[in-house]
Amino acid sequence: MVETSIFPADTDHVITTRQVNFFYGETQALFDISMDIPGRRVTAFIGPSGCGKSTFLRIFNRMNDTITGTRLEGEVHINGENIYENGSNVVRLRRKVGMVFQKSNPFPKSIFDNVAYGPRIHGTKDRQELVEIVEKSLIRSALWDEVKDRLETNAIGLSGGQQQRLCIARALAVGPDILLMDEPASALDPKSTIRIEDLIGELRNDYTIVIVTHNMQQAARISDYTAFFYEGRLVEFNATKKIFTKPREKQTEDYITGRFG
Amino acid sequence: MWKDKAMRLLMLSAASTSIFLVALIFIFLVKEAAPFALKPGLDALFDRQWIPVSFVQERYGILPLVTGSALVTGLSMLFTIPLSVLGAIYIAEIASPVEREILKPFIELLASIPSVVLGFFGLVVLAPLIKSLFGLGTGLSALTGALLLTLMAIPTVITLSEDAIMSVPRAYKDASRALGASDLQTIFQVIIPAALPGIIAAIMLGVGRVVGETMAVLMVTGNSALMTWSPLAPVRTMTATIAAEMGEVSFGSLHYQALFWIGLVLLAVTFLLNIIAQRVLVRYGMMK
Repeated sequence: MVETSIFPADTDHVITTRQVNFFYGETQALFDISMDIPGRRVTAFIGPSGCGKSTFLRIFNRMNDTITGTRLEGEVHINGENIYENGSNVVRLRRKVGMVFQKSNPFPKSIFDNVAYGPRIHGTKDRQELVEIVEKSLIRSALWDEVKDRLETNAIGLSGGQQQRLCIARALAVGPDILLMDEPASALDPKSTIRIEDLIGELRNDYTIVIVTHNMQQAARISDYTAFFYEGRLVEFNATKKIFTKPREKQTEDYITGRFG
Repeated sequence: MWKDKAMRLLMLSAASTSIFLVALIFIFLVKEAAPFALKPGLDALFDRQWIPVSFVQERYGILPLVTGSALVTGLSMLFTIPLSVLGAIYIAEIASPVEREILKPFIELLASIPSVVLGFFGLVVLAPLIKSLFGLGTGLSALTGALLLTLMAIPTVITLSEDAIMSVPRAYKDASRALGASDLQTIFQVIIPAALPGIIAAIMLGVGRVVGETMAVLMVTGNSALMTWSPLAPVRTMTATIAAEMGEVSFGSLHYQALFWIGLVLLAVTFLLNIIAQRVLVRYGMMK
């Protein structure tokens, strides 16, 4: 697939996969996916429902491990480390690879405790240190001004968009360098969606962001690179501009022009 | 047309039967107990001794019976809560589907054993065991009753706690794991706190079951109406007192009325526990 590289010469590939096949029991969900994801860029996964884009995303932090009967073949390297090798440390992996889910899922705890949850389970006990982490993370996720006076109130009382930004703050609090986002704005109203997209724009310089979306305009707006998946295969991966202006594959063109999907 | 109406009426009356019966029972209890409040007066119930039959001076203090019930219930909860909550966590979160299929029917089976049969078990197995274990004169003690009641409370508390744990959204678990939490951290720091209202309600209903249980405690607690907080002493609970004495009491006597007061106190306690449990469940959206 990689005849001439789609990346500039100095690109640092943070995630690389080689011949990844993935199975739910007997059903194969992903076929032979080899891909290099550049660091400190936004990479979007698009494709119709059930094309495997979310499954592929969840491979990067081994969240599929929590589903019984799943199996992976091939290699996945993150920062040079084979994350599916025996003895690979899932806890350390997930500290480095944060995830934001489709439906915002704050814990039924205070705003403070939500953000402090990650640092606490990883051993940070000092109150002052936690306060700093919480503040920094909430500022980073553009939520601080809205919640700074009510950090002790329950997070369930926040609006959907605020909840999602809280989830982003919670993910940032453990200090990841990669952020996986699984349709983070699909359950939000247009205004909240814009805020999330702006936020992604602000985070792009410091984090490697991989975002699954079925909103093609969103992919076009926020991503540097776009990968199109169809029926468990990676059909096309290129700079977002190229994908949306001159896709190489017929299937990609049909999808982005709305002929199916 | 009239058929519809008749049917409606029939079903309405069937549905209201339980309300009607509860009201009736309450009225009946109050009616039988009431004269006692006039003579000798309610303070007689706060006596520290229960000697309803005496040649010298009858005493109708229900305090030893209340402490008896409280001691047995408290001890029983000491065993029930950790066992049930840990069991529920295991079944809901950790057990494989096969283990769950094996464990659940046994727990339900435990719930279906008649309390008299459990009483036999207590009398023949548990009491001698406790007697020799602690070197007591008799194995019939508060502890024996509490252990037996634990067996009865566990199915209720486990099943309801398990429901509460299962109803915690999977999204919480995913979020916690994605942050690098281990399964144990996820269980104890996210799932249990989220399920806590349901678990508390389950414990309340368990307490209600234990306070109201009669046969088994009657058989194994030794039935001496002493005011004590020692787990190894024989005690007498409110329920056992009513069951043991109601058959022989002379109708309408002070003793008879005092027994009805015990019934009223029991009713009030279990009623209160049920209301609290329901409130907690409704408040946290675990029951519609």
